[in-house]
Amino acid sequence: MNFNLTEERQMLQDTLRRYLREQYGTERRNKILESDTGFSPEIWTELAELGVLGALFTEEQGGFGGAGFDIAVVFEELGRAGVVEPVLDSALLGGRLLAAAGKPDLVEQVIGGALHLAVAHGEPDSRYDLDHVNTTASDNTLTGRKAVVMNAEAADHLIVSAKDGDSIALYLVDKGAQGLDIQGYPLLAGGRAAEVTLDNTPGEPLGLTLADYEAANRLALIAQCAEALGAMETATALTKDYLMTRKQFGRPIGTFQALAHRMSDLLIEMEQARSAVINAAGYVEDKDADLHLSASKNLIGRIGRLVAEEAIQMHGGIAMTQEYELAHIAKRIVMADHRFGDTDYHMERFIALSAA
Amino acid sequence: MDLSYSSEEQAFQTEVRQFLADELPKEIAEKVRLDQDLTKDDMERWHAILNTRGWLAQNWPKEYGGAEWSAVQRHIYDTEAAAAHAPRIVPFGFSMLGPVLQKFGSKEQQDYWLPRMLDGTDWWCQGYSEPGAGSDLASLKTKAVRDGDHYIVNGQKTWTTLGQFANMIFCLVRTDPDAKQQEGISFILIDMDTPGVEVRPIILLDGTHEVNEVWFTDVKVPVENLVGEENKGWTYAKYLLTHERTGLGGVGSSEAGLKAVKRIAKAANHNGKPLLENPHFAARVAQVEIDLRAMATTNLRIISKAAAGEAPGLEASMLKVKGSILRQEINDLARRAVGPYAMPFASEAVEGANDRIPDPLDAGPVAGQYFNNRKLSIFGGSNEIQRGIIAKVTMSGGA
Repeated sequence: MNFNLTEERQMLQDTLRRYLREQYGTERRNKILESDTGFSPEIWTELAELGVLGALFTEEQGGFGGAGFDIAVVFEELGRAGVVEPVLDSALLGGRLLAAAGKPDLVEQVIGGALHLAVAHGEPDSRYDLDHVNTTASDNTLTGRKAVVMNAEAADHLIVSAKDGDSIALYLVDKGAQGLDIQGYPLLAGGRAAEVTLDNTPGEPLGLTLADYEAANRLALIAQCAEALGAMETATALTKDYLMTRKQFGRPIGTFQALAHRMSDLLIEMEQARSAVINAAGYVEDKDADLHLSASKNLIGRIGRLVAEEAIQMHGGIAMTQEYELAHIAKRIVMADHRFGDTDYHMERFIALSAA
Repeated sequence: MDLSYSSEEQAFQTEVRQFLADELPKEIAEKVRLDQDLTKDDMERWHAILNTRGWLAQNWPKEYGGAEWSAVQRHIYDTEAAAAHAPRIVPFGFSMLGPVLQKFGSKEQQDYWLPRMLDGTDWWCQGYSEPGAGSDLASLKTKAVRDGDHYIVNGQKTWTTLGQFANMIFCLVRTDPDAKQQEGISFILIDMDTPGVEVRPIILLDGTHEVNEVWFTDVKVPVENLVGEENKGWTYAKYLLTHERTGLGGVGSSEAGLKAVKRIAKAANHNGKPLLENPHFAARVAQVEIDLRAMATTNLRIISKAAAGEAPGLEASMLKVKGSILRQEINDLARRAVGPYAMPFASEAVEGANDRIPDPLDAGPVAGQYFNNRKLSIFGGSNEIQRGIIAKVTMSGGA
């Protein structure tokens, strides 16, 4: 048993944490939030140069990591700083799907920061179900609508799921493809997404099935849990500092037992959350991976809500303001519950898998 | 024990319902239903409609142009108005300052300011909280120094709701820096067009602009704008806070919110069935509904006491805590119900911007509302302050 990071991962964590602390402060991030693109191409390039994108791929895929714990290390730091750049969707989810499809040239461009991807799987009434696809494929042309597609406007290629007969397959669609319409909008917690419609749009079959999508989705679950954990770390740290410095009734408010105990409860739950992320990363190759991942995502969803709400409440009014760091962080935490299945979805999946 | 309304009250309910059906502009109700930002014009228009009917200042005595409704009548109106998606009456003049002027103001102040509230000449906002004086309001530092016929005011107020629309602000200011905290505070009325008053917007975490900072630099305020006696302002402020304590639970809003959750969850697909039929989600909804039914009766019990002339004390604090928790729970259910469509940023605080949100469930900015309503347990005396009051009164016999 060893709960220490390897030397390589420790270096990755230190480097990324230092870089984000220096380059991704509240002020700069809030500027990025207000920008038309919703993310900073400079930051993207620098993340690639630091090897952050490469750490999400195995050596065979052209990277130098790619395991559950590599992904967890990267996303915890991104979450800690409230990073809105689409690392999860563009690089991890999109990149790993292309790696699975045997597209080393494209993967190399992803790792180098030159290529942006979007994964268009969910549909307006699919909610969090992975096997609910109404978009159709016929002779490699696609028709249908995809919902809340992250990074769609910036993507050079979209990876689109469609039903060909009874089975779900994945296709690569160029951004300029005929019949492709992208209606973009900003997101509450930063970044941009779009409603994507395809009308007899040509797509290149990637030779991937729903099972391949589910494999990539497992990695996305680790990433999303770890990102939320990092953001929760920031929320608890900000709250602890505030309780020790904010004075009302002549003393720091953290000296009031009602608040001190609630802060203690948060710290206890944070240990649970950290363990849940370790479980997710550690069991991703296990035969019961989905059970573990659902357990983790459910716990992170529950504790995430608690942390976000308690952090805001214990701060008081200041946490309600857009310009204070916690506002953005709290939104990242709560919105993480709306991706890849929420607390309830994973509770049900956990029950179903436990019974199996 | 009789849980039903009297025949007079039922007749009143019918009258209110009819009025809302006839007079509430549809486009305003639709904005309220979808939690879209109302413009100043929208709010003034609704106030004018209510004023024409004599229903704007619902709690004021008739002699001041009020409706002089009983607590039960006000509750009936609140419930019907929330169900019909009527805008909330902006409370600062009608619920807060009005009663203070009626109780402590001079005849001249009453004759001058009260009619101007009713006809919409003045839009009032509240200057209580300061950056260093939130829960500990009595530690406020904004100073007013007497100089001949004027006070000179310096300092800063914050969380001033709808201050961007206001032309008048009522403020708590420190007039005696040497007195014990609560004893050196005065209650004054400040014209916001006076040189030295500056309003700066605070953008909230859901992107909305509803609160402001108000800065005062050498602002000259005529002494006739002092309400009551100098250094007695804390008494008036406390009166203001305890005067309008019914409706604190927000039962009507919660009922309307729960209805919206059910509508969304009925339309949302979950494994080929409406989400509302999902046992897990249905249990969450039922739990809130069960609590809300009990709270509605708690609310009526308190109203009934108030109608019998008893001042609500602790119950008001209890209702505020429980009511805010329930409303927040309903906001949480709404954001869960919409699933991935909770993520789009619904508002850029621009009218009409809402048109661009993809929203197959027609739910409105529910995630924004979830974040925005975190304020319910923070403002007006945070839930921690309310719990402190409850504990202090019940366990040591005095507040």
